[in-house]
Amino acid sequence: MADNWQPGINRSSLRDRSELLQSLRSFFQQRQVPEVDVPVLGRSTVTDSNIESVNARVAGDSAYLQTSPEYFMKRLLAAGSGDIFCLGKAFRDAEIGRRHNPEFTMLEWYRCGWDEHQLMDELAELISQVANARSEAPLTVTKVSYADSFKSVFGIDPQSTELGTLQKMAAELGSESWADESRANCLDLLFSLKVEAQLPDGLVLIYDYPACQAALAQIHLDAKGRSVSRRFEAFFNRMELANGYRELTDAREQRQRFDKDREQRHADGKPEITVDEKLMAALDDGLPACAGVALGVDRLLMQLQGAESLDQVMPFSWSRS
Amino acid sequence: MANYSTNEFRSGLKLMLDGDPCSILENELVKPGKGQAFSRVKLRNLKTGRVLEKTFKSGESLEGADVVDMDMQYLYEDGDFWYFMEPDTFEQHQATEQAVGDAIKWLREQDVCVVTLYNGSPLSVVPPNHVDLAIVQTDPGLRGDTAQGGSKPAKLVTGAVVKVPLFLDEGDVIKVDTRTGEYQGRVKE
Repeated sequence: MADNWQPGINRSSLRDRSELLQSLRSFFQQRQVPEVDVPVLGRSTVTDSNIESVNARVAGDSAYLQTSPEYFMKRLLAAGSGDIFCLGKAFRDAEIGRRHNPEFTMLEWYRCGWDEHQLMDELAELISQVANARSEAPLTVTKVSYADSFKSVFGIDPQSTELGTLQKMAAELGSESWADESRANCLDLLFSLKVEAQLPDGLVLIYDYPACQAALAQIHLDAKGRSVSRRFEAFFNRMELANGYRELTDAREQRQRFDKDREQRHADGKPEITVDEKLMAALDDGLPACAGVALGVDRLLMQLQGAESLDQVMPFSWSRS
Repeated sequence: MANYSTNEFRSGLKLMLDGDPCSILENELVKPGKGQAFSRVKLRNLKTGRVLEKTFKSGESLEGADVVDMDMQYLYEDGDFWYFMEPDTFEQHQATEQAVGDAIKWLREQDVCVVTLYNGSPLSVVPPNHVDLAIVQTDPGLRGDTAQGGSKPAKLVTGAVVKVPLFLDEGDVIKVDTRTGEYQGRVKE
């Protein structure tokens, strides 16, 4: 394998990658949002049961490569930074594939006082700007709620439908082992395999995710009185591109969710992760009302170029590192 | 057999699924940013040849299938079974008509085929990509038609019928591509 020293990206894509990074930065510069370069190496990490951190050691102590700049950025927000963005590297263990690389470039930003719909609009402006600079046809932007997009494919409501029905559908679509999975996992399978595949071209913003998939978003009542999370995702030509929230600011509820994550990790036999107490202390002090979103820059470039895999848009993907 | 976890899945790996041996054609990681990872797998059922798609939870494991591909020499058939021999050990294996499948019409004694063994018994047979076979029956070519590049059916010694150019006669030996069933050329003795 030693002869495989060549990069995966070609010269014109390498130049385009550089231009993309510059235009992302200038988008925020024009809006007077400062860049912050928070650490990628930290003493704590996320408790999320579906995200594995890469372990490191510093002076003999356990450390982690950060899976996103979120916790450090929230501590800056709590300290009164105001609007901020971060363009840097994030790391997730065992995520290797055509659309996954254990090290990737992430753009994350926070807007104080905004709600998730304002942030979705800004995300759409950003993607339109970089897409329209590279294509004749203007980017189409579609906005639809999770429940409506799910219903348009399966004809049922993702939250009120009985778990047993979803498990049966997931088992038929996936394999028998889905028959006893949680609502969140069954919905993920059904959504990933069927709904995503039928999304239109261009940018699609899906909002009001089910309450069981809230992650770090606030919960509210939607137009039909259903309790949903103020979380959204962006899909670009059917590929997951960004995830955002109207951020949860209630420290007590945040701790409950972290404890639940830890229980889930224990049940799944995954390594124990202690709660980031510095983040908790910052939340106790008070995170301003804000909305935040994280975007996979390599995936954005992949879609802008119509590339088949991340390997074609990164200098050296994991297989070449 | 050993069990294989989804992170060991790769194309060519042979696994048991619903009691049948299958071969992985493609494996793709699907991982929603905030959700559970899963493996979306395309497999070929080695018994029926059918391609199916399954999605497994990451970390799930499946039993490996005792399936090996081996070069073997075709010996003869006795009406019930087709007999193949391992060239190194001279060990003989009898294959059913179902296992031989479409290879039947290309099998010539002594030719080396790829025999897939499942739990030690032949599951399928792939003939050589090219075989030389004699024409046993064909209509005489009409003079003057050769310039048109026309073709006619010819029955081969193994029973296969292929389209051949008009100038060929019974007794001629031709080369055939077994993957397409197409005439490749005349073999000069």
